[in-house]
Amino acid sequence: MLKFVVRRLLLLVPILVGLSILVFAWVRALPGGPEAALLGERATPERVAQVRHEFGLDRPLYEQYASYIGKVVQGDFGQSIKTTRPVLDDIQTKFPATIELALAALLFAVLLGIPLGFLAARRYQTWVDNSSLVGSLLGISVPVFFLAYLLKYVFAVKLNWLPSTGRLDAIRDVAHPTGFYTLDAVLTRDWGAFTDAVRHLVLPGIALGTIPLAIVTRITRAAVLEVTNEDYVRTAEAKGLTRRVVNGRHVLRNAMLPVATVVGLQTGLLLSGAVLTEIVFAWPGMGSWLYEATFNRDFPVLEGGILFLAVVFVLVNLLVDISYGVLDPRIRLQGR
Amino acid sequence: MVLLSVEDLHVTFSHRGRRELRAVDGVSFQVEPGATVGLVGESGCGKSVTSLAIMGLLPPRGAHVKGAVRFDGEDLLQLPPAQLRALRGRELAMVFQDPQTSLNPVLTIGRQVTEVLERHRGLRGDEAKREAAALLDRVGIPDAGRRLKDYPHQLSGGMRQRVMIAIALACKPRLLIADEPTTALDVTIQAQILELLKELVADTGTALVMITHDLGVVAGLCDEVHVMYSGRIVESADRRGLFGAPRHPYTTGLLASVPRLDSPRGVPLRPIPGSPRDTLAWAEGCAFAPRCTRRVEACTTTAPDLVVDAVTRHPVRCYNPWPPGGEPVATSERKKRLT
Repeated sequence: MLKFVVRRLLLLVPILVGLSILVFAWVRALPGGPEAALLGERATPERVAQVRHEFGLDRPLYEQYASYIGKVVQGDFGQSIKTTRPVLDDIQTKFPATIELALAALLFAVLLGIPLGFLAARRYQTWVDNSSLVGSLLGISVPVFFLAYLLKYVFAVKLNWLPSTGRLDAIRDVAHPTGFYTLDAVLTRDWGAFTDAVRHLVLPGIALGTIPLAIVTRITRAAVLEVTNEDYVRTAEAKGLTRRVVNGRHVLRNAMLPVATVVGLQTGLLLSGAVLTEIVFAWPGMGSWLYEATFNRDFPVLEGGILFLAVVFVLVNLLVDISYGVLDPRIRLQGR
Repeated sequence: MVLLSVEDLHVTFSHRGRRELRAVDGVSFQVEPGATVGLVGESGCGKSVTSLAIMGLLPPRGAHVKGAVRFDGEDLLQLPPAQLRALRGRELAMVFQDPQTSLNPVLTIGRQVTEVLERHRGLRGDEAKREAAALLDRVGIPDAGRRLKDYPHQLSGGMRQRVMIAIALACKPRLLIADEPTTALDVTIQAQILELLKELVADTGTALVMITHDLGVVAGLCDEVHVMYSGRIVESADRRGLFGAPRHPYTTGLLASVPRLDSPRGVPLRPIPGSPRDTLAWAEGCAFAPRCTRRVEACTTTAPDLVVDAVTRHPVRCYNPWPPGGEPVATSERKKRLT
């Protein structure tokens, strides 16, 4: 097991080297540079040249890359060209926001998707099953930004039930020891802030969680249908176990294997930034941060941010692989 | 007092838009307490479906069951599902064909045994574990206490089938249905498992319905045998009657097709010609007629009834049965071997 984890972590090295080169090349291939974003259209050529020199952008690419990587290896991701804040500091405040939103979306998808998928399988080829199919298709096909605006329009603007932007009401002044606002509120026992933070999570969580919800529902349904026909489920029935035990212990537990895979992959995707949702709901997370950085040609932010997300993505997938072992003893024992 | 009485059991499968399939077509038989009864036939003759119907394990959608399955006088088919669940595993238990797939791969052996004990005998925690270990020990699993923590894939096929038997007999049921319990096992293991089953049902006084296509199993185990073909019983007899004086051409065909070590070299095996798919619908005559060597004209017009044969006094469904002792394989020799 340890060997497996170490091997996977070592694999990160070539992935990161390759990715850093790609990202480095890619951000520099964008038309325009940070100087244009900083100085505007009417900057004099001398001033532009001066700024480019300041940031080392006039040096050959390989030299720039070498000095960048040299610093990154020492844990220095540089600072934003636009705001001059260290990139790592920004990640520290933005990433918790993204995690919080991703978890809200996942919670929505899993807590609703697994029961829905299970129900659809149990009511195979009835109206319940069919409407879950239609619902899932809709969920997968609706563009996220459209759904986000729709939710915002109906529940925030028209009905005024839920807030439409940000993570907390502006008037609230709360300490943020962890950066996870819901957790912070619990830690400081500020229940008003807790409900407020949760209310802010609802709409973006639903918008972001709809596609995973549709996928989880379909996968759960397919897995439950398959497992229901397994011999060991018949054995469980022959034992006279109650329906609840048969479904929970025998059917669902086995059906969770494929579901865990999908949830894991979705987690990786959600954590690597929900750009559209974050922008529509003005959510101060990684997605909107990188989006802004793209417009500003903020090279250090883009490079640092994307590399960081790549690490997160790989680590989440590693966690998913480890979780297989927890769910399926056959895999656990082979790994030894 | 009859323990189990299957009366005119019909099972049809229908699926949207497809022709309905009669898997079991009017099967009746009885099982006395503690008796061992064999249901014999080729694949697809309806013997497994019969057993699943008795247990109430057929899928609720698609399978239509008619008739009666009286257990201790009570019709299981009319019982509310919750009551049937309470009986299953406690009064009636089942061992399935393939131990590779019949145990849940993600639960430990111990859990799969204790959950029956929890459900039907109210045992909890350590008490349940001790009892589970005792049960595994009883079915011949070495080092049973440690095996509780193992997962099914860590056990061999024979060991897994022993676990299945331990689960089935955990509550000392009055009826055990074994659906080809040895088919998926190595030949050397088969004999061990059969011996174990025989010993355990004798110990606990459990009645056993043995479903098999293997006449060797029947010869070694069963008091009474029903031969099934295409969803109906074609011959019923006690063991001696069946092997000593088989009447139905299908029964004799089954007997003749058993390979024997003592038959002279060069004598070819004699399989029943055709395959179980070459059947006639019972409505059009005898289902076995297309494969039968003793077919007469009546066979392809109306189906024969199951009537008690005047000579051998056991029921046969045939217009032109073999005369007792007149079937193709030397009977006297077989009699000698089997009795």
